Amino acid sequence: MHMLVCGGTGCRASESEKITENLNAELKKLGLENEAQVVVTGCFGFCEKGPIVKIVPDNTFYTQVKPEDCAEIVSEHILKGRKVSRLLYEDPETQKHVEDSKHMGFYQKQIRIALRNCGFIDPENIDEYIARDGYAALGNILTEMSPQQAIDIMKKSGLRGRGGGGFPTGLKWEIASSNKADQKYVVCNADEGDPGAFMDRSILEGDPHSVIEAMAICGYCIGANKGIVYIRAEYPLAIKRLKIAARQARAYGLLGEDVLGTGFSFDIELRYGAGAFVCGEETALIKSMEGLRGEPTVKPPFPAEKGYLGKPTNVNNVETYANVPAIFLKGPEWFASIGTEKSKGTKVFALAGKINNVGLIEVPMGITLREVIFEIGGGIKDGKKFKAVQTGGPSGGCLTEKHLDTPIDFDNLIAAGSMMGSGGMIVMDEDDCMVSVAKFYLEFTVEESCGKCAPCRIGNKRLHEILEKICNGKGTEADIEYLKNLSKVIKDTALCGLGQTSPNPVLSTIEHFLDEYKAHVTERICPAGQCKALKLYTIIPEKCTGCTACTRACPVGAISGEKRQPHIIDVDKCIRCGACYDKCKFTAIHVQ
Amino acid sequence: MNKIKSLDDLRKMKQNLENGMNIREKSNSPESLVQIRVAMATCGIASGARAVMNTLIERIEKDKIPAVVTQGGCMGYCYAEPTVEVKVPGKDPVVFGYVDSKVAVDIIEKYVLQGELLEGIIPVNYQTINDKK
Repeated sequence: MHMLVCGGTGCRASESEKITENLNAELKKLGLENEAQVVVTGCFGFCEKGPIVKIVPDNTFYTQVKPEDCAEIVSEHILKGRKVSRLLYEDPETQKHVEDSKHMGFYQKQIRIALRNCGFIDPENIDEYIARDGYAALGNILTEMSPQQAIDIMKKSGLRGRGGGGFPTGLKWEIASSNKADQKYVVCNADEGDPGAFMDRSILEGDPHSVIEAMAICGYCIGANKGIVYIRAEYPLAIKRLKIAARQARAYGLLGEDVLGTGFSFDIELRYGAGAFVCGEETALIKSMEGLRGEPTVKPPFPAEKGYLGKPTNVNNVETYANVPAIFLKGPEWFASIGTEKSKGTKVFALAGKINNVGLIEVPMGITLREVIFEIGGGIKDGKKFKAVQTGGPSGGCLTEKHLDTPIDFDNLIAAGSMMGSGGMIVMDEDDCMVSVAKFYLEFTVEESCGKCAPCRIGNKRLHEILEKICNGKGTEADIEYLKNLSKVIKDTALCGLGQTSPNPVLSTIEHFLDEYKAHVTERICPAGQCKALKLYTIIPEKCTGCTACTRACPVGAISGEKRQPHIIDVDKCIRCGACYDKCKFTAIHVQ
Repeated sequence: MNKIKSLDDLRKMKQNLENGMNIREKSNSPESLVQIRVAMATCGIASGARAVMNTLIERIEKDKIPAVVTQGGCMGYCYAEPTVEVKVPGKDPVVFGYVDSKVAVDIIEKYVLQGELLEGIIPVNYQTINDKK
């Protein structure tokens, strides 16, 4: 029996290391250490209910396990075969405990390719990776294929870059391969910067070898012997596991000189990014690796022509690489059989926001938003109404109820005014104000703009100011037109992907929620009740008992009145903090 | 750690290592495997269920038989412990009573591999809540 304990960043933050320790101690106490083995794995994706402990082979899925639960798990489940039902996942709809992960709605619609080893193997043990055919794809290619044959397989698979752009990976490799140079580079972009996205981190934490293997395959295909992983320094666990993995691969001779006796040499090194969003853009990333400021450059020349240190460089994202070994092991036809006509395979999404099952999922391309949000994601928190979902992070747009049945793939998302991006999905409910959402993303872009080109540096700042004005109740109808025009100019004239996409949240919220913008500027109300400045607190005299609780709660002394007489709020003094509303036991405070 | 010198070495190494992962691989598709459940309540353990379970696991691993052994709680046949339930895909589950290590091996060799029935089968006379439509 194996007890798999999640060792991802999320679960470790809730003491999963202590859980591992306790499980081992309990097994020893009962003399069961030969019967059950505790394995620390990568992320299971079900972060909402972490820490996770999964028992195989019966697939029992324990959620929100605490270190003190370990004694019961071992003495009940391992010793006596009785599941600890209070720790099982409870289906929110039927309110019944689900016995095993195979029957959990969260997993039923998923197909795990990039995440195939996450939550399954010990990422710090190369033997477990090899046991699952690890490095076999590399071995086969080096021994039996020419670089061009391997590139052809990549092209046939239809894999497109998972970092956001969706450029065909095989074609990218072919271009880098055809450019002749004495030195070429393979770069892995692990500078994950979208708010709410964490798939790259999870892959590197849960299955670092698949990325290393894919980089070596890419090296062989394009003729490079050096690989560089550009990873943000704020991912310490991913860095640690990647370093361990590289060390183990080197010890087995799977990295270094003369890999598997084939004469091919390849090794990787790590470069740490300081966490600038723009460095996810490949030319800015290369500048940063060279020790310069992370600023994008004009393309062409593309990195495949003139990249790192002026040499041909192939840059792919972590998730893209994680797909590569599986494509070679199972064949390009298999991969191309999953997904839609122009978007093959699967995509990993990070579900966040007002959704029941926050976590990491991998679904076939072409799945609908409805399936993702309501079946896998378990619907909206607290039974609220779905309003919109932001895909593609600050570069994407929002999708609404009318898009719920649109199949998700690269092209459909763009047609709907959003984009795939790296796969963050932030779900919003009826309480979210869409103007504030757009403002939030612009705040992020303004902060992260590198400042090189004027449209992005100045334009986004202006967009943000106008949004702020609207949220403060000072906007006019002309401002909405102005937002639209300025957004178009920024999109057309900005230098890199950051600026070209940063107005998307503004444009898509205006398109889908024009009523809400109008309500802000004409009626001066925020329909979702989020914009503080547009809230008006008054006391309903008939309901007020004059208990004075609100007077004491008000931090600015805006409420006055005699005891046992209805009170009054001074609108000019009121800072709209809502303290009186929370305090009143008689629902006498009215919010508009 | 020794260096892996060729693709053949890597393949050999994989074969040696895959046993350790078998139990996890099997958990990916339990419905296509023979599922063997050993009743591990107090009475079961007292009459030797643990030894039976370990014998079953060893026998399965030895010949890489497509079966998976799990534990169950008390099945209620306290008089016949240790009891083992075997579910071959597509067939109704069969419960064996009074299983010791020798019978355990017979279960695998005769029932699982050859499909022969053995003595000591307890007629299943219950319905579980899952069966009810």
